[in-house]
Amino acid sequence: METNQYMEMFLDESREHLQSLNDGLLSLENDPEDLSVLNEIFRNAHTLKGMSATMGYTKTAELTHDMENLLDMLRKEQLKVSEEIIDVIFKCVDALQEMVDNIANGDGEDAVDVSELVRMVNAIAKGESVAQAEAETGVKLPGTPVEPAAKPVKSQLPEGCELNDTDMLVIREAKNSGLIPFWVHVEIADTCLLKSARSYMVMNVLDELGDVIKSVPPAQDLEQEKFDHSFDVCLVTDADAHKIEEGVAAISEISAVKATEIVLDAPKNAEEPKAGAAVAKASTPAPKADPVAKAADKHPAANGNSKHDKKNHVGGQSVRVDIEKLDTLMNLVGELVTNKVRLEQIGMTHRLTELTETLEQMDRVTTDLQSVVMKVRMVPVSQVFNRFPRMVRDLAKELNKDINLTIEGEDTELDRTVIDEIGDPLMHLLRNSLDHGVEHPDDREAKGKPRTGEVGLIARHEGNNVVIMVTDDGAGINADKIRNKAVEKGMISREEADALPDADAVRLIFLPGFSTAETITDVSGRGVGMDVVRSKIESLGGHVDVETKIDEGSVFKIKLPLTLAIIQAMLVKVQDEMYAIPLGSIDSTINITPNDIKTVQNKEVIVLRGQIIPIARLNEVLSVPQGKSNEEDDIFVVVVHVGDHKIGIVVDNLIGQQEIVIKTLGKLLSGLKMLAGATVLGDGHVAMILDVSALM
Amino acid sequence: MAKDDKVMTDDDVQVVAFKLRNEEYGFSILNVQEIKGLTDITRVPFAPDFIKGVINLRGSVLPVIDLKKRLGLEDTPYTANTRIVIVQYDEVSVGMLVDAVTEVRTISAADIDTTRAITSGTDSSSKFISGIGKVDGRLIIQLNISEIIGLSGEE
Repeated sequence: METNQYMEMFLDESREHLQSLNDGLLSLENDPEDLSVLNEIFRNAHTLKGMSATMGYTKTAELTHDMENLLDMLRKEQLKVSEEIIDVIFKCVDALQEMVDNIANGDGEDAVDVSELVRMVNAIAKGESVAQAEAETGVKLPGTPVEPAAKPVKSQLPEGCELNDTDMLVIREAKNSGLIPFWVHVEIADTCLLKSARSYMVMNVLDELGDVIKSVPPAQDLEQEKFDHSFDVCLVTDADAHKIEEGVAAISEISAVKATEIVLDAPKNAEEPKAGAAVAKASTPAPKADPVAKAADKHPAANGNSKHDKKNHVGGQSVRVDIEKLDTLMNLVGELVTNKVRLEQIGMTHRLTELTETLEQMDRVTTDLQSVVMKVRMVPVSQVFNRFPRMVRDLAKELNKDINLTIEGEDTELDRTVIDEIGDPLMHLLRNSLDHGVEHPDDREAKGKPRTGEVGLIARHEGNNVVIMVTDDGAGINADKIRNKAVEKGMISREEADALPDADAVRLIFLPGFSTAETITDVSGRGVGMDVVRSKIESLGGHVDVETKIDEGSVFKIKLPLTLAIIQAMLVKVQDEMYAIPLGSIDSTINITPNDIKTVQNKEVIVLRGQIIPIARLNEVLSVPQGKSNEEDDIFVVVVHVGDHKIGIVVDNLIGQQEIVIKTLGKLLSGLKMLAGATVLGDGHVAMILDVSALM
Repeated sequence: MAKDDKVMTDDDVQVVAFKLRNEEYGFSILNVQEIKGLTDITRVPFAPDFIKGVINLRGSVLPVIDLKKRLGLEDTPYTANTRIVIVQYDEVSVGMLVDAVTEVRTISAADIDTTRAITSGTDSSSKFISGIGKVDGRLIIQLNISEIIGLSGEE
């Protein structure tokens, strides 16, 4: 199955459908009367069923089918949407998610036991309450009527083609809703070289006409060309036999196609006479000899096309690309930039005007190239955000709180590497807001707030950064509590704690080993919380801060760089070593004399525009081997900031501003403090990139 | 170079032999990616002391281990023969700073002594040695790359 070329597509699309199922269910829960949402959910479930059946995942198809039944009853208002029913459907979606994940891992779908779920769904469909259904799970429901054993007329089916009970169920369902089941027999020309491609095209055409229930041989065998020159497909559709035959015959290298309606000899089938008529119709000869079919030729084609166009329109023309290829492309562009810088240096040293002019042209091209590659790697944050509504819902239930989650700016884009990493910290912050931030409804009422707590997840651009905020209108963080806790844990002394302004005291929660929850719950507060969030975000070159007001709520603000791959940096020299400081964190560079350096409590500071800024001598901080001692009159200071904090870095020399490509230091040198990575300079030397936040 | 008359068998190992001070050492050739002349090594602040720094290998940044320091040998100045042997282990590429690369030798498994007395001494650097090969009266000390890189957890 690993070689299966449609596998990836199946998995991707299944996940998309599951995601929209989740979304749909959430909005249905908020507005149970909204039938359009129900229709949307139903369509998702339906497509999912079709896809998994085509791929031969019968268990997945079975569960979706049962779920679909239930949804259909809701849709037709035979059942009323209730919280219990939605819960059960959520459970189904979870099980399906697990199955799809298992398939992706190569474990197959069987690892998940869905029999109880299926039983529960069926029981509800029969009108039992959830409690009843639950009580009965594990026991074969006595009340379930055995499905009438409707078997298709055997002789009518091609050899080797058998319909199992699920298929029969689907067919009967389809019939009830006015669709007609067909057996489509397709023969491929003997001369055909790419049989799998043709069969795939056939499947596509059939998919557009209706729903493919099963194929003989199964879809994966078709893809691997494990069939002779013909195969059979079971299809339910509202089209007639001609349309099917026309559609398939339009594909080249198909030598014959025949659609036969499946007749069920179900005893109670009221539609039998009609079905019989259809059989007679289906036995009309192959389309080529049929003038009527020819006349109708353009119809199905046009139909198919319009459907296709719509699909393309929604998604735009796109290609799926392996992420590794994008990374390689990024690396190559990085190399190009490095070499361009090298050429610029040669042009400068040798004063070659012609070279410099050409390089200016090249500079524009590489800049464009870079921004395009960068954009290609950008992914909307919705990819991370859209899993949160579900999580918040479940959590709110667990905690017995009323929560309304508002998401804004989910189309804000971020580099893929950042997106991959940002999920866990955000989840943690949200859990914190729900668990510690928002109060219980009764407490809220007592405080004169609405019972429903508001939690917000907001993303937006801010200069060259993306800011993601997690807000809540809960209790806020009590600075005194934080101070006490920090002292109790021995993190700071009482005096230090009391000297801290409230805003800084609250920031203590980001220190390792800090957890203020009085009772450690399952939800958050395992004592590893916020410092993990902070270190994760800082490892992404970002910054996290918190603002809070008692009884008004808290805002956690995460600031992230747009991209991690290529940045502007200031190159500085300390003795013989070269370091790069990301331009994004530089405030200004200044030139001072030794007299400008004052000391406060034995710490060196400078006064810049009335502000007292501590300074750090880079050669001491990084223990650079001392060469010549240079007590020069001129001292270069690079003033950097992290959040509201500023610090002056004393360096020997400023080399200049340059684009640098960030390279990791690798496994062996990971986690070194003060270093954010390394870069290769134009002359081939390696320079370390400073992690400014570690200097604070 | 001495000729090998023996036919190579599965048990034979090919090693890249190199010198550290007066002793000869070897890495299995399967781990050696390439051998490079000395280039500029950039010091990495806060790195473990046996890591000399990083180099630029065709655009990638690669750490370089000072083997003499790692094995507890006394330092010697760079010479024209100083080389960086790039080894690959478990998807990690690392440069190893050596005094000189001597040759690529085939050593038959029978000639490699892995006696515990040698390889499991109490001496802290003995864990870096996986065996001692005897060729033409010379001793080539086989090194355990995973221990040297220090990814096996103890560092």
